[in-house]
Amino acid sequence: MSNTITLSEIAHARSGDKGNHANVGIIAWTDAGYEYLGKVLTEPRVAEFFLPLRPKQVQRYELPGIRAYNFMLNDVLGGGASRSLRIDSQGKTLGLAILRMEVPTPPNIAEMLRPATV
Amino acid sequence: MSRVLRIGNGAGFWGDNLDAPRLLAESGQLDYLTLEYLAELTLSILAHLKSRNPDAGFVTDFPTVLSSLLPALQSQPQLKVVTNGGGMNPTACARAVSSILAAGGLPDCRVAAVSGDDIFSRLDELQATGEDLRNFDTGKPLGDLRSQLASANVYLGAAGIRQALEQGAQIVITGRVADASLTVGPALYEFGWSDTDWSRLAAASVAGHLIECGAQVTGGMFSGWETDPPLANVGYPIAEIDADGRITITKPAGTDGAVTVDTVAEQLIYEIGDPQHYLTPDVDVDFSQVRLTQTGTDRVEVSGAIGAPAPPTYKDSMAYRDGYMATGTLVIYGPNATQRARQCGEMLLQRVRRAGHVLARTNIECLGSGQVVPGVAPPVEAPEVVLRVTVQDPSKAAVERFTREFAPLVTSGLPGVTGYTGPRAKPWPVLAYWPTTIHRDRVQPIVEVKSASAWNS
Repeated sequence: MSNTITLSEIAHARSGDKGNHANVGIIAWTDAGYEYLGKVLTEPRVAEFFLPLRPKQVQRYELPGIRAYNFMLNDVLGGGASRSLRIDSQGKTLGLAILRMEVPTPPNIAEMLRPATV
Repeated sequence: MSRVLRIGNGAGFWGDNLDAPRLLAESGQLDYLTLEYLAELTLSILAHLKSRNPDAGFVTDFPTVLSSLLPALQSQPQLKVVTNGGGMNPTACARAVSSILAAGGLPDCRVAAVSGDDIFSRLDELQATGEDLRNFDTGKPLGDLRSQLASANVYLGAAGIRQALEQGAQIVITGRVADASLTVGPALYEFGWSDTDWSRLAAASVAGHLIECGAQVTGGMFSGWETDPPLANVGYPIAEIDADGRITITKPAGTDGAVTVDTVAEQLIYEIGDPQHYLTPDVDVDFSQVRLTQTGTDRVEVSGAIGAPAPPTYKDSMAYRDGYMATGTLVIYGPNATQRARQCGEMLLQRVRRAGHVLARTNIECLGSGQVVPGVAPPVEAPEVVLRVTVQDPSKAAVERFTREFAPLVTSGLPGVTGYTGPRAKPWPVLAYWPTTIHRDRVQPIVEVKSASAWNS
């Protein structure tokens, strides 16, 4: 077993813009995965991951009903949809980006993988 | 069993697929078709168009779409259409649409224009009487930007839509209303809910939020596909709502995509901030306890939304002029493509400086090398990259000069530069975003309902 996994193994995600802020929502496939995300996906960890975007603030919110965390990344879009000089002016790609984050392989990884679809 | 209202949304933005509304209306067995066209800054663009032509300023996709809907409107007399495509000019949009209806054999169809959201001409009065128009994201006062403002529109709620429906409207055309209110309005009217029935308003608002971006809830953009599916014929979403505020999200049978607890979960968190306070003009919704249950193929029940009283203020989205922007691209092929692309970009900007222009903001991107989200993907040596250079400056002449510097790089730059065949990039005026709030009692919807034949008589 490898020492690390990427979040894509235990979660899916979507991101978008709110003015010059981006939101990144990440949803665990299972309850065990949600619990683990709660431990590893701290505000400082997410801020560090997106450091090149220079977030002014990172705020984490919980949506336990759908096993999700929502992160608000303040002032990361280079001015927002109309002023940003970047190609991804609306933060559409940040969801797939966060799924590349490497985290330690949890001992109960098997309980976190996506359940087989019926 | 109580009656179930079926509300389908056939457009998630201005420019969305033109056939989607017709396909959804034909196969969706809908009571209402909603069409959501207004992104944060769409209205500032429409304000610019209206300043040149008093009959313009609405979303021109809507009349095109409405023409395609004529057969459905004729064969399904119960079908109503609710859209914010009126943009900056709902009455002009109502006239344009009414000509199409009258010519298409529906002269008696009742068309509503819902306005009142445009407060641009009232800003001095509102400022003088206590509205400070402070930016609610940054906390900054408006100050000198006042003279640069180009538009100011309040996000109205469902009340104007309800009034229009009460007056018999079959087509409701609004200016700025909250996206979710396009769904809440019909539910308020059909079920006779009170406008302080927070839990039902919350449920309908969640439904509206889930369908407002079209196919984003039915498999579009979904990050959880195990193998990339066909989506050319993706089904657009339908929200089923009953009188108690029970919600099911679904899509027409036989279409591409899927409605699963996972596709719906992704859309639930799309572009939200604090999930305990999803603020609309209608209600303050707590999303945090929302639960999703798969009740059948492409059917997901949504429960657990909690409603609290609507906020005391409306969101007011303003736009101010902020100079000019332009962007251009070239392709750089060959060894060290990323590094050479950056060098080409810098060369181009040096030539703009040599011509006497100091650009206020510049950005060089080497696309293909992992720079879309810098620092995340490990760097790879790409065989070619797209060089994209984007600038902003108060001077149109400076930005204009910048656009001239792409083509010369093909002959006077490094080897391997190509991709310059299209027309030269053009500077465009930047309209920047200034979100603020206005007290609710300062703004009322204005509702006008007439038959199609009467709108142009």
